[in-house]
Amino acid sequence: MRLEPISAPTPARRIVPPVLALVATLVVTSVLVMIAGRAPGDVLRQIVIGAVGSKFALLETLNRTTPLIFTGLAVAVAFRAKLWNIGAEAQLYAGAVITVILGTGAMSAPSFVMLPVLAVAAFIAGALILLGPVILKTRLGVDEVVTTLLFNFIFLLFVSFLLEGPLKDPMGMGWPKSARMLPEGRLPRIFDGVRLHWGFGVALIAALVIWVMDAKSTLGFEMRAVGQNRDAARFAGIPVTSVMIKTAVISGGLAALAGFSEVSGLKGSLTLDLSPGFGYTGIVVAMLALLHPLGVVVAAFFVAAIFVGADSMSRAIGVPSYIADIMLASALLFMVLAILLTKFRVRRD
Amino acid sequence: MDILDILFSAAFWAATVRIASPLIFATLGELLCERAGVLNLGIEGIMVAGAFAGWIAVWAGLPLWGGVAVAFLVGAMLGGVHSVLSVPFGLSQHVVGIGMTLLATSLTFYMYRVILPEVSSPPKITAFQPLDIPVLSDIPFFGAALFSQTALTYLAFLLAAVMAYVLYRTPLGLAVRAAGERPEAVATQGLSVTAIRMGAVIVGSGLMAIGGAFLTLSAFDSFFFEMVNGRGWICIALVVFGAWRPGKAVLGALLFAAFDAFQIRLQQTPMGAFLPYQFFLMMPYILSILALIVMSRRADVPAALMVPFNKGER
Amino acid sequence: MATTVQAPPALCLANITKRFGSVLANDDVSFDLNQGEVLALLGENGAGKTTLMNILFGQYTADTGSVSVFGETLPPGKPGAALRAGVGMVHQHFTLAANLSVWENIALGTQGIGSFVLRSGQVRAKIRDLSARFHLDVDPDARVSTLSVGEQQRVEILKALYRDARVLILDEPTAVLTPQEAQDLFATLRQAVEMGLSIIFISHKLHEVMALADRIAVLRHGRLVATRTRAETNPDELVSLMVGTAVDRHDYTPRTVGAPRLSLRNVSTPSTGTRFGLNNVSLTLHAGQIVGLAGVSGNGQAALSDVISGLITPSGGDIGIAGQGITEWSPRIALSHGIGRIPEDRHKTGTIADFDLTENAVLETYRDQFSRRGWIDWRGARAHAETLRETYDVRTSGVDSRIRLLSGGNMQKLILGRVLEQSPQIILANQPVRGLDIGAVTYVHRRLVEAAENGAAVLLISEDLDEVRKLSDVVHVISDGRLSPPIPRDDATPAVLGHWMAGNGFEGEVPHAS
Repeated sequence: MRLEPISAPTPARRIVPPVLALVATLVVTSVLVMIAGRAPGDVLRQIVIGAVGSKFALLETLNRTTPLIFTGLAVAVAFRAKLWNIGAEAQLYAGAVITVILGTGAMSAPSFVMLPVLAVAAFIAGALILLGPVILKTRLGVDEVVTTLLFNFIFLLFVSFLLEGPLKDPMGMGWPKSARMLPEGRLPRIFDGVRLHWGFGVALIAALVIWVMDAKSTLGFEMRAVGQNRDAARFAGIPVTSVMIKTAVISGGLAALAGFSEVSGLKGSLTLDLSPGFGYTGIVVAMLALLHPLGVVVAAFFVAAIFVGADSMSRAIGVPSYIADIMLASALLFMVLAILLTKFRVRRD
Repeated sequence: MDILDILFSAAFWAATVRIASPLIFATLGELLCERAGVLNLGIEGIMVAGAFAGWIAVWAGLPLWGGVAVAFLVGAMLGGVHSVLSVPFGLSQHVVGIGMTLLATSLTFYMYRVILPEVSSPPKITAFQPLDIPVLSDIPFFGAALFSQTALTYLAFLLAAVMAYVLYRTPLGLAVRAAGERPEAVATQGLSVTAIRMGAVIVGSGLMAIGGAFLTLSAFDSFFFEMVNGRGWICIALVVFGAWRPGKAVLGALLFAAFDAFQIRLQQTPMGAFLPYQFFLMMPYILSILALIVMSRRADVPAALMVPFNKGER
Repeated sequence: MATTVQAPPALCLANITKRFGSVLANDDVSFDLNQGEVLALLGENGAGKTTLMNILFGQYTADTGSVSVFGETLPPGKPGAALRAGVGMVHQHFTLAANLSVWENIALGTQGIGSFVLRSGQVRAKIRDLSARFHLDVDPDARVSTLSVGEQQRVEILKALYRDARVLILDEPTAVLTPQEAQDLFATLRQAVEMGLSIIFISHKLHEVMALADRIAVLRHGRLVATRTRAETNPDELVSLMVGTAVDRHDYTPRTVGAPRLSLRNVSTPSTGTRFGLNNVSLTLHAGQIVGLAGVSGNGQAALSDVISGLITPSGGDIGIAGQGITEWSPRIALSHGIGRIPEDRHKTGTIADFDLTENAVLETYRDQFSRRGWIDWRGARAHAETLRETYDVRTSGVDSRIRLLSGGNMQKLILGRVLEQSPQIILANQPVRGLDIGAVTYVHRRLVEAAENGAAVLLISEDLDEVRKLSDVVHVISDGRLSPPIPRDDATPAVLGHWMAGNGFEGEVPHAS
């Protein structure tokens, strides 16, 4: 077989493959649900109800959306420039660690000073974490996929050390857990009485900023050029290495904001299970969003809904909640194939 | 116990060989894929799936070698999915690989929960037992260190020899190497690049799965969620470290395993009490990154690695 | 046409038609290759030669028509069928794995894939035998990456002979050779014909075709427009058959040479991999002058081009612009000094395929001309792209369409416009018309000459001697990374240039043409 580029795709060409990808994802899910001996219809309905069926469920979903917007943006920004940052998990924890260090007593300041300081510190921490692999890549050509992946393991062990050592809460009954954040270091709720913190608002603003940067700024233009064709970008005088480093700073920083927002907005302290793989899920979010910053918001909500819905479904019906991860992984693979098929025709000769 | 005591104990060297075994399987599998031009980042997930599939098959009543075969088949099937997406469709090998790892891992955890819904700790099986090789295992020190391993370990080393032979001494191996260096050379000589690459990814993924199964069928006797724990990523570093050659990759795996066995023992020394255990556990990952840095200037990488081949592209 | 009917033709293509979307790549093409004959297949880029060969080798399936070899019809769409039937092809771009040895490249695919042993001794012996018989000297154990271009071509020919090919197809075989190497190749091919092979020789170089071919088939726009024996035709007729109309013979009017604009003094760059670096190169480009750079591909042209574009900083020597020495060097600095660059590869370095026309139009100028405080002025950028589109006749549906969808000619016109709109003092044109159709070639050449007439200093790098000789005021030859002294236009005959291109050194007087 051979792939032939389509010069002017028809509307059907653009729409049908992605729709088929969603259908295929549902088929795979249904088969697995049937293997577990349950009815796919019930399971899917329960996932929807569990995700958006009540005010409580919706808020739960929105709270889960927040970190995914940050990590999704982090991955989207990096992937656009063909910087394969698979280390958002480590960067997230780096942001969380700094937030906890500064927010549990290392500094004291009123909320309107403390919160920006925490966010900026977290951003810088995440950026620094990604700089190592990026410099190894630009200087020595070491593949950043493997180094960022391996760094996730290293940094998580480091966090584990911190939580059992220097950052351990003396009042924590021996659990590996940090002290609680000072009230000035906590992100307030957006509406009184509604369990949704400002982390969500910051995430939406971040998506807007990245979108505007992407479309209108010289840096955004340079990042896209470097991602699409490094040789042409270099030839045209775009400083490729410096653009890669700026990309890394933004990407790592965004992932770290997820850690800041989770600690300061939601949890109030740091534990080793702060992130159930938000860094990795960010990859799925970014890919489903076709790396578009505003698409990330939608995709993050969709992904969060599936996770929250699957948890609730699992409690109600008993199908393991890992079905959510399977749905997302298969949606990711079907979707990248579908996007290819919107641009290329498969010929048999 | 001091450092010399560790290095002169047969148990340390036996552990080194044991720890290296799963890495050898998976590294050879990855090496085969990369030699044909495909980076397989599904390795981590495929190892998880292989560990589970081999173990659950034996738990369900198959003999141990049946478990190994099941693991290989499951790995090969996952490799089949990877290869369809990455070879004829030429999708980004980074994205496909990460997607495959997420898919294989979540499928494994799901099936575990479906098959064993209510267990708090996983059931145990009777794993491969050490097989003393007659005569050789009686050699003082070396016998205990090298020739009292499980059959699966011996297979790992045998496989490395077979892989080296196939790659360098058979027409098929020549075709695989050429597909990773210059797919056009393969196509113009009337061979199918697609078939060669897909075949390499399928077989390579099967080997990765056996690497995973080694953990549940030989190293331990049960399955835990976190048991693969980044070994797949380490194997990718080992392929680079081994300069894409089976012999050197085995040496790399042994060196790496020696460090790992050493740090485990070092934790029990006074130094171990001084340094938190997390820093010992970091060693394998740090070592892998160092290996990548040391080898970064080498030009042994297959020239067409990660370059999709689209027949008759204009 | 063959008059005797005793043997079936070595190769017979009958009524081949192949359509790609709306493009008719081959339109009812039929011809025979007789046994023991050299047939030249002549045609411009895009005339359908490559598609035809891909059909012959089963890479594409023809919509209609059939291929037969020695009377046996080949199954369509089966790669390898032609190979097995005894047809061997030497591609223009070699298909050798550089990290494998010569014998491994030749043995690839010749032994059963399921076999447990690679019979390397046998392979080496047969290669030595063939080398001796066809005068194709090459060491079977050498790594391909260590071979010269000429040697690599010998390996390609050996690949075909090793499979006992009885029909040999060569696609533009002399494009990468010095004139002298080309003579050696022709000797080998004549030897092969004497040993009973039949040969198809694809080219667009008329003197080679006239020197080697028994018969000539001409393709134009996918159709076979004529078949002639060598005796009954002449180069002028062939040109008009290829092009369809009489070619525009470019008239040369001497230009006034101005002040030096760019000078390289003793510039050297390191060699990397298979690529020559520069060895002590000195070159001055003057306002109002076109300097041609002739040379066999891969002799340092890329390094020289990269130095002038700003991509690499010389390891030794100086760059001077308008008399000023340069200390810092990068593409951006080169641009800021008024160097306009037309890169060798318009797909890989000249444009970004998935960017639209506007984005590509401002790729070099977005920062200085179309942005304020880090924000891009898209309105201005679009207007600029519109201007380029109109002024340089870029045919496209609009400035929002992706560059990927443009033809090579339109892509090149956009790059040309991007460069010329900046009124550059210095223009680097590296292979500016490679792969373009006659119309676009004429257009690009006219614009470059105009730019020189308006005072720009132009460096034209080309592997096509005719192009160099047609446009240049002065010609340099590059060989092994070294630059020859300048040769005035009138002395730059093929014999002179060929002698220097062959790497014989540049010492002594300019050799005079006989």
